[in-house]
Amino acid sequence: MVEPVLSVIDLSKRFGALAASDHVNLDLMQGEIHALIGPNGAGKSTLINQITGAIRHDSGSIRFEGQEIGNLSVAERARLGLARTFQVSSLAPEFTVLQNVVLAVQAASGHVFRFFRPVLTDAWLVEPALGYLEQTGLKERSGVRTADLSHGEKRQLEIAVALALKPKAFLLDEPMAGMGPEGSKQLTGFLDGLRTEAPILLVEHDMDAVFSLADRISVLVYGRVIATGSVEEIRANEEVRRAYLGEEAA
Amino acid sequence: MNREALASLVLAAGLLVVPLIALGLDDPFIVTLATKVAILALAGAGLNLALGFGGLVSFGHAAFFGLGGYAASILASHALNYEPVFVWPFEISGTTSMPVIWLVAMVAGAIAAAAIGALSLRTGGVYFIMITLAFAQMIYYFAISWPAYGGEDGLSIYVRDSFPGLNTLDPLQFFLICYVVLMVALAFCFVLTRSRFGLALQAARQNATRLAAVGIEPFGIRLMAFAISGAITALAGALYADLNRFVSPAMLNWHTSGEIMVFVILGGVGRIFGPVAGAALYIVLEHNLGGLTEYWQLPLGLLLLAVVLYARGGILGLVSRQVRHG
Repeated sequence: MVEPVLSVIDLSKRFGALAASDHVNLDLMQGEIHALIGPNGAGKSTLINQITGAIRHDSGSIRFEGQEIGNLSVAERARLGLARTFQVSSLAPEFTVLQNVVLAVQAASGHVFRFFRPVLTDAWLVEPALGYLEQTGLKERSGVRTADLSHGEKRQLEIAVALALKPKAFLLDEPMAGMGPEGSKQLTGFLDGLRTEAPILLVEHDMDAVFSLADRISVLVYGRVIATGSVEEIRANEEVRRAYLGEEAA
Repeated sequence: MNREALASLVLAAGLLVVPLIALGLDDPFIVTLATKVAILALAGAGLNLALGFGGLVSFGHAAFFGLGGYAASILASHALNYEPVFVWPFEISGTTSMPVIWLVAMVAGAIAAAAIGALSLRTGGVYFIMITLAFAQMIYYFAISWPAYGGEDGLSIYVRDSFPGLNTLDPLQFFLICYVVLMVALAFCFVLTRSRFGLALQAARQNATRLAAVGIEPFGIRLMAFAISGAITALAGALYADLNRFVSPAMLNWHTSGEIMVFVILGGVGRIFGPVAGAALYIVLEHNLGGLTEYWQLPLGLLLLAVVLYARGGILGLVSRQVRHG
């Protein structure tokens, strides 16, 4: 059997009386898009934060490429190849768009403690960064201060930064959030091609995108995975309909 | 050239020209004031790296300033008394050579900053301010109560330390030494903030979560910046001791930390020449208003209030008509 790239095994996290993650099992196979859906407050972002290390889990384990990563810091996990995007864009606001991507390129190159050569004249950093901006349609905006970008452009920049890390897995936390229908459609097409570069764990509320992209879907309700399966299986699942999809899929 | 670069050039030229003119007018006191501006600007440049570029609001930079001062005068006093600094495990004798003293001061500043930083950088915000203050005050009280080097009375350097080929007792030559050291340090800061390290440091200020998410540990970046910052401020302390030919625990006091912070905030946080503008204005105010009233710090306080409320970019921000940093 092929080993999953990322597996979450029996993961639990409580905040007081609230079980944010209740014995969650989840895996991500090479080449797939695995969508994680569920109502608001189901613990999707909390789960992503536990996988990236921003929140420490109480029990269970997280394995990435065959290695236990549950005790590693956020930065260590990122260096192993876990790239995330944030539900609410989290970038360096005073940097230009290009600087944000260059930061990720230099982080991926592994050499940060260099004190003399200016980064923005270093073709080894700038050329790839411009390439990632072109891929995400932001190249013309590379000189703009990040704080001055539109909401949709910030979402695109989050993706460009994740690409620049050349990750072994993407964790995308609602990449379509707040994007117009046109933007969502474009991004859906883009993510479709991205799965060949690295598998994607996709948290998303946009059901059109989820159903057209996902190879597998897991449904999280009150911190518990109530179902995992193909798009057809999830659509047909009675419990999922009741808990989440409701009339929308009926 | 943008307006900030132009203003920086004017500052650099002005700081060089004023003492030359003053000497022509036979007013050597102005040369001493200009030397003081250069040294205090250097102390501010060190803090600016941590506070302005790294967002690390240190209220303890007097520790590094004072350590640099004590390093200079302890080495000098041993050399002048022909006593080794210590004899075990190997003998180290004192020195009056400025380059050696600078090196010792910078290493001492960097080590102290690394130690203080390693503990205090685990906190943030107000706690960081308070812990850096606490460490600096600990060193201050240690200096007061340690009799070997003068305790509360401080320690004099009978003859100003020497620099190969120059007469450091000549006010203009000593000024030029301080001026060149300041310019080299500012050039170093300029290069540093544009390097890979500088990019990561500024990202740590703006959004540490983002920095960690791309795989760079914010702690390591901040610690390195804090150590470099401490080294630069310690170098300023060594020069300051030579300017006054005297050190006392006052250099380590929290007032000094506050003053260094004022230079940075007045001049423009996170701007390379900010501390130069801030220190120059501070000294001009002290010199002119201080002659009129001993309460000259009242107008300074009002000015600082105005800058914090209405001109976050400080003097340089005002001149370049662009506000950066929240």
